[in-house]
Amino acid sequence: MSQITVEDVEYIAGLAQLEVDAATKARLTEELGKILGYVAKLNELDTRDVPPMMHALEMRNVFREDEAGPSLPRDLALRAAPSHDGQYFIVPRILDTDEV
Amino acid sequence: MAWYGKTAHELIEAVSQRQASAVEIAESYLGRIEAVEPRVDAFTQVWRDSALEQAARVDARIARGENAGPLAGVPVALKELLCTVEGETTCASRILAGFRSPYDATAVQRLKAAGAVLLGKLNMDEFAMGSSTENSAIKLTRNPWNPECVPGGSSGGSAAAVAADECAFSLGSDTGGSIRQPAALCGCVGMKPTYGRVSRFGLVAFASSLDQIGPLTKDVRDCALALNVLCGHDPMDSTSADVPVPDFTRGLDGDMRGVRVGLPREFFTDALSGEVREHVEATVKALEARGAELREVSLPHSEYAVATYYIVCTAEASANLARFDGVRYGFRHPEAKTMLDMYVMSKTGGFGPEVQRRILLGTYVLSSGYYDAYYLKAQQVRTLIKRDFDRAFEQVDVIAGPTSPTPAFRFGEKTADPLTMYLSDIYTISCNLAALPGLSLPCGLTASGLPVGLQLLGRPFDEEMLLRVAHCCEQLRGGIGKPPLA
Repeated sequence: MSQITVEDVEYIAGLAQLEVDAATKARLTEELGKILGYVAKLNELDTRDVPPMMHALEMRNVFREDEAGPSLPRDLALRAAPSHDGQYFIVPRILDTDEV
Repeated sequence: MAWYGKTAHELIEAVSQRQASAVEIAESYLGRIEAVEPRVDAFTQVWRDSALEQAARVDARIARGENAGPLAGVPVALKELLCTVEGETTCASRILAGFRSPYDATAVQRLKAAGAVLLGKLNMDEFAMGSSTENSAIKLTRNPWNPECVPGGSSGGSAAAVAADECAFSLGSDTGGSIRQPAALCGCVGMKPTYGRVSRFGLVAFASSLDQIGPLTKDVRDCALALNVLCGHDPMDSTSADVPVPDFTRGLDGDMRGVRVGLPREFFTDALSGEVREHVEATVKALEARGAELREVSLPHSEYAVATYYIVCTAEASANLARFDGVRYGFRHPEAKTMLDMYVMSKTGGFGPEVQRRILLGTYVLSSGYYDAYYLKAQQVRTLIKRDFDRAFEQVDVIAGPTSPTPAFRFGEKTADPLTMYLSDIYTISCNLAALPGLSLPCGLTASGLPVGLQLLGRPFDEEMLLRVAHCCEQLRGGIGKPPLA
């Protein structure tokens, strides 16, 4: 495990779709570095033959019949949207161009 | 009549004996809320009108001779992250300000069907990320025992409201201690049931493999009564366990004969405050007189729980919180011109600092090149932690120790350094990692008048054992009284 850099923070902020200003970037680099330094403690343990936990309790896949049931009415589904036209969610244009 | 001071089981009795109407009880609680909220600030929303309507419906059913449900007329309040048709569901975050859920969480539906009266919603750390409720985007909640101290978190409002008699009981959620730690700091009973016991449908997700809904109550019997209503399989949650639900009150008989209580040596170290240790040890010691057998056990990987947790929970959180994209619900930045701007500006403007920190940490540990070193490693250590408990539960029936290393701390005391705050969950986290049930109950007051919590951990789906032992502790040690709010 390596020490986190300002460039790493920029990179993961991009992946997480968050914008961080310069001051925040410096603070986060320090804070995340400290947390990662702490979690590096796990390297004290030899886990070569230990299976990773996928489920804490025994779980089987859950199946059900593929039958249509009641679903959320459209007006309720749209009610909380920042923008909609009664039929669809409305979002800003996806392509950054005027061409059609 | 000051019904607000009563437990849920006393209220149920009073309603069934026609000593009180549900409306009288609701009015008593609403009056109490008005009187103490300026001092406590536990509620984010109070639903006066709908609460009185629900109470009137309960009274009408009783007048017609109908069964009004096992919680008929009991006033309950809910953590802000449980979806409700009534009011808003904000998770104490700007990104969900004004959000109205189109449905009720299964746990909420069950409370309603049982005749409970919903009083409103309670403050929390934003998206349940925190241990002091200081990360709420709405307001600060104060500990009813001392206004300069935090109520704990993330279900700080849920614990403070119960301790201040502002509701008969409340619901919280527990991902790494978020029910048990505030219950300990505010002096109430808090239970995190086994993973899968209570449906998570309608609980806004933080870390899906760890989250669980549970009650915060005034005593152990109320905890059992609440679980009777909350537990059960739900087809709407594929991780909900299809296991029988017992009557959780049936083991509350004070008999400890044959019960083996384990004391993990790793929990009783120098990190533990002296006063907390004294109260916890005295309470556990008293169980011996009732026939319990005390044994030292070892959970050798305990010291790795916090590190494991902050990899697993942030990884899951970074995936869960990606859904807040400003499209279907929640905050959309008004100046976003393009799709990508909408995502970035809405998330950056909507999430608070701790939530952003955890999303970034989670994104980092899952990112290419680091996945094996962090996430995979943590899941392997999680297996080791689970094995520790499996071995311990071959020798004992229940594990007892402190809930929190210290009593309630002061505002601002742990906010400067996120890691210091994370370490306040040192005793509660492994329970979630291993999917066990855990309960905290008050076991004394410090010299400065702050509650101390005793934590009990049990085998998966053996909540009955926790309730049995907790009930016995409660009988032996007596209550801790009420906070000085008058």
